[in-house]
Amino acid sequence: MNFDDSPQEAAFRAEARAWIEANAPKEFEAELSKASLGRIRLQKHDIVEVAKAWQKKKAEGGWVCLNWPKEYGGRGASAVERVIWQQEEGVYFKLTSPFQIGEGMCGPTLMAFGSEADKRRYLPRIASGDEIWCQLFSEPAGGSDVAGLRTRAERDGDHWIINGQKIWTSGAHYADYGLLITRTDPAVPKHKGLTMFFIDMKSAGVEVRPIKQANGMQEFNEVFFTNLRIPDSQRLGAVGDGWNVSLTTLMNERMSIGARLATGFNEIFEFCCNLVTEHGLAIDDRATRSKLAQWAVKNSGLKYTSMRTVSALSRGDRPGPENSIGKLVSGAMLQDIAAYAMDLQGASGMLNDPATAEAAGQFQAMLLSSPSVRIAGGTDEILRNIIAERVLGLPGDIRVDKDVPFNQIPTRGR
Amino acid sequence: MNFDFSDEQKQLRDTARKFLAEKCPPKAVRAVIEGSAPYDRELWKGLAEMGFLGVAIPESYGGTGAGHLELCVIAEEMGRALAPVPFSSTVYLAAEALLIAGSEAQKQKWLPLIASGEAIGTLALFEGRGNPSPQSIKLAASNGALDGTKKPVPDAAIADFAVVAARTGSSGRDTDISLFLVDMKADGVAAKALGNIDPSHGQAEIVFKNCKAEPLGSAGEGWSIVAQVLDRAAVLLAFEQVGGADRALEMGRDYALDRIAFGRPIGSFQAIKHMLADMYVSATLARSNCYYGAWALSTNAGELPEAAAAARISATQAFQHCAKNNIQVHGGMGFTWEFDCHLYYRRANATALSLGSLSYWEDALIDRMRKRNAA
Repeated sequence: MNFDDSPQEAAFRAEARAWIEANAPKEFEAELSKASLGRIRLQKHDIVEVAKAWQKKKAEGGWVCLNWPKEYGGRGASAVERVIWQQEEGVYFKLTSPFQIGEGMCGPTLMAFGSEADKRRYLPRIASGDEIWCQLFSEPAGGSDVAGLRTRAERDGDHWIINGQKIWTSGAHYADYGLLITRTDPAVPKHKGLTMFFIDMKSAGVEVRPIKQANGMQEFNEVFFTNLRIPDSQRLGAVGDGWNVSLTTLMNERMSIGARLATGFNEIFEFCCNLVTEHGLAIDDRATRSKLAQWAVKNSGLKYTSMRTVSALSRGDRPGPENSIGKLVSGAMLQDIAAYAMDLQGASGMLNDPATAEAAGQFQAMLLSSPSVRIAGGTDEILRNIIAERVLGLPGDIRVDKDVPFNQIPTRGR
Repeated sequence: MNFDFSDEQKQLRDTARKFLAEKCPPKAVRAVIEGSAPYDRELWKGLAEMGFLGVAIPESYGGTGAGHLELCVIAEEMGRALAPVPFSSTVYLAAEALLIAGSEAQKQKWLPLIASGEAIGTLALFEGRGNPSPQSIKLAASNGALDGTKKPVPDAAIADFAVVAARTGSSGRDTDISLFLVDMKADGVAAKALGNIDPSHGQAEIVFKNCKAEPLGSAGEGWSIVAQVLDRAAVLLAFEQVGGADRALEMGRDYALDRIAFGRPIGSFQAIKHMLADMYVSATLARSNCYYGAWALSTNAGELPEAAAAARISATQAFQHCAKNNIQVHGGMGFTWEFDCHLYYRRANATALSLGSLSYWEDALIDRMRKRNAA
């Protein structure tokens, strides 16, 4: 058991560190280091443009999609080297969010199911950030029940005609391509009639409408398809095999999240070390110390759980459903931590203008954003089901629609 | 980086698990709880023969010299099996105190006896209500003689020797405390068993009356030795707690798969599934904190005090959480004497207090994190 770099790892770390030192956009370092959940934006610049520039530069140096093969724009690095890079990248990691869906989900799906020509065409541009991808899975009638989706794809010779609607699509407003799951056969049970495609988001027949979120920001969208026509060559996997293809995407999602989840712990610890209340320093208060200790051990527990995962990956194990605990724990922590930090602020905790609010309003932003963490990418309840069924081996829920043809499942007209 | 136990250490775990499954079934735990013996002598002998008692004791003192990572592995299995033997008091407390502060003669005398299963040791620290602190130690030592009372002391009624924390000064500083080593057969020492919520491990009171005792470590260094012993024992006991938590989770899972109600296994109800999923989450977080503690313990890292507190808090809560909800999953059967659920519930709640309570370790963790942040 050790945390030491091997000589090769130490050389890799030194090389990464030197490259970052020479190339990182240091003018944004201070602003990025203060960015936390719900507030990752820059005052005077468009964050997507700054992110694209950083991604491009990293791609030129060979520091993107580290575990992808070199011929597809990656570096062919090991799982441990990828973690070393993440540790060294530090605050600049906050600039990678527009590319995470492409790197973590769409790219691996394309790698598993795309043609060689498509892989050579698309993957290097996902890696370099020249083309951004989004994931078109959720629908108004299929959130947690993804397989309940209704977007139709109908064959028309060598083409498919697509009609329907997706929702909660992060980044669709700036994405160039999207991974799209559709229903191609409504006469068979729901998991069996699905087919996966990829589409050009700039095609005629695709309309993106931003959704104004509960926290006032606009990061995700509704996407409407009206007679979108795409060639059969943009199909990934067999017709009717879309559910299996999507499992590859979601398994890679587990690998891409987890390592660097925000919990809010560092923020509240620092806040409590400095906050003077009417009873003295917050961190000297017994109740506050108890809460901080509780969060501290969850925070360290997550950190060391992800290190155990990396050790398992470097031995060649596949990422398993046990990684679901990361988001389950961190989502609830963010919400609780934000509320407690505001409790310590008293009535002024209501204020959230960065210029006048306590701690520049970071906990208020965290509070308003945190509900989304407990929903997006699998709700807390779905994650508990995954742990119960796939880790502990408990029986699946009784599914009344499992063997019913999709077009005979009751919908109450909605 | 390799943040996992080695293949050899995993083999040791399998060996220990197999040994304990055979020699320490729930029936053996019940024999001690129901009062037929103060501890399982046969098991204790077997543990010595397997070399488990001396796994972290150097070969020169009769141990196997394997090390503390190996001891962590065994601790987890001891916790999983609820082994009713004085392992934690003898190995985590007494042996660690001797290894840290014992004179050459003391080590030569006691460590081989520990490794061979011929001596049971303990640490006499508490004096009634409260958590570890130098201020709470009133038992006086003057001219090499002890006067006062210690309670609760783990396994004191069956111990051959005790490491005793005593007051040798009144300056109000930590240096007022010194440690002594007492042969429990000496004149002026009397131990009396006390009832406790987990009778698989005894607790006792020791009364010292003009009891001759030899110093352990230098005068005035007692508290600093106790603090080190507590940190080391916290990691080891956390492994026992994680072992117990895992077993309680498995028991709940197995029962949820087996028990049919409303025409289906109760494990298919989300209320039960989510309860078990949450138990898995706490047990997993605790295990990861324990691994970090094991690394810090085995390398004597500067991070040990912080890592030990985190492991202790996390494992205490995981074991309490899993033991409590295991009973809940079992429903009424979980509240019977016949089912084993209460054995884990008792152990979880006793262990949560045995080295200082949760709030004590929470305080310690925050102090240590602040110290690191300030540095």
